[in-house]
Amino acid sequence: MSDTLFHSLLELGDDSLILGQRLCEWCGKAPSVEVDLSLSNLGLDLMGQATLFLNYAGEVEGKGRDGDRLAFHRDGEQFRNSLLVEQPNGDFGQTMARQFLFSTYQLGLFEQLVKSTDPRIAEIAAKAVKEVRYHADIAAEWVIRLGDGTEDSHERMVDGFDWFWRFIDDMFAMDDDQRALAEQGILADKAALRPAFDSRVAAVLAEATLPAAQPVWQVGSGRQGKHSEHLSHLLAEMQQLARAHPEATW
Amino acid sequence: MSAGAALSQAALRARIDTVLAEVPDPEIPAVSVVDLGIVRGVDADGRNVIVTPTYTGCPATIAIELAIRVALDEAGLADIGIKTVLSPPWTTDMISDAGRDKLRAYGIAPPPKGAEGRSLHGPDIVECPQCGSTLTKEVSRFGSTPCKALWQCLDCHEPFDRFKCH
Repeated sequence: MSDTLFHSLLELGDDSLILGQRLCEWCGKAPSVEVDLSLSNLGLDLMGQATLFLNYAGEVEGKGRDGDRLAFHRDGEQFRNSLLVEQPNGDFGQTMARQFLFSTYQLGLFEQLVKSTDPRIAEIAAKAVKEVRYHADIAAEWVIRLGDGTEDSHERMVDGFDWFWRFIDDMFAMDDDQRALAEQGILADKAALRPAFDSRVAAVLAEATLPAAQPVWQVGSGRQGKHSEHLSHLLAEMQQLARAHPEATW
Repeated sequence: MSAGAALSQAALRARIDTVLAEVPDPEIPAVSVVDLGIVRGVDADGRNVIVTPTYTGCPATIAIELAIRVALDEAGLADIGIKTVLSPPWTTDMISDAGRDKLRAYGIAPPPKGAEGRSLHGPDIVECPQCGSTLTKEVSRFGSTPCKALWQCLDCHEPFDRFKCH
């Protein structure tokens, strides 16, 4: 079971790590100073979550790897993040579509994990959930503003969401071992979170005058380490320095 | 015998408190790490200072720990450790009244108390730290650091930072 817990902590940490890295790609070139600051701040919150989850993952694994080691010295197929978070930023509309879907998912998840019977998971979730609530609010506001905005911003939001519908099942995926941990109250039963996610998404899309979620072929599975090529490019940039100087400290 | 052990428990605690009260927050140097509630105190056996991060991803967390370490070392308290705890999570309610006054004097609108659960959104009325007017508006939800939003006073027209409720 500790293997399952380790992998589940990697999922939590990797989702935050990879999306945090993606958001930081906007730094210095976002549409406005406010957005520049907000995306970097969101990225920082996610990096903080990643540090806490990956450090704990390293302790559970018990092979002497800490969060930095796990972040910088694993290859693509060892990452357990969802396919959604590794997708390229696209334009600002696409970035906000991804953020809204992820933060809405993460908010529901963390609201359950604060009740985890594993005290470390519970305290990390309790620490992070307030920040995630803020992320989910901000992303929803942007989706509404852009969806119910100009013809151009509306079209971009439609296109942005179109790309991401295929990754929703992957984000919520759980295997039998994880379901067993959920039954013990250690993890959250993600299937039980799906109806609330779907209805929140539907409500915001309706307010944004955007078309409802489309039933499309679902691709997977990031949770099993099968990723799109985009992750490799992201990791190459993120890990390059640490791998070139593996013993460096600062 | 170490410096720490040479002092009685009560004297040691008082000494640690005095030392830490002088450690400024690296991003808002007008307030100390004690004012902000980052330092929770000393653990039961008096061997460790208990600290808690503000925001999960606050980049100042490492700098704060380092500053506390240096201050303890310089005060001859090198054998006192630093322990980080997450629970219960830090909230802006942990900022002391003295800390709130110092923030205001520094030009930052302090967060109202009892804002817990409002997830960084405070009440709509925010007092300008310069002139005291409540005729103010939000300019940007994100300010110079993760913990602040940018506001402006519509009376004296001064822009100011507002500490977000957390």
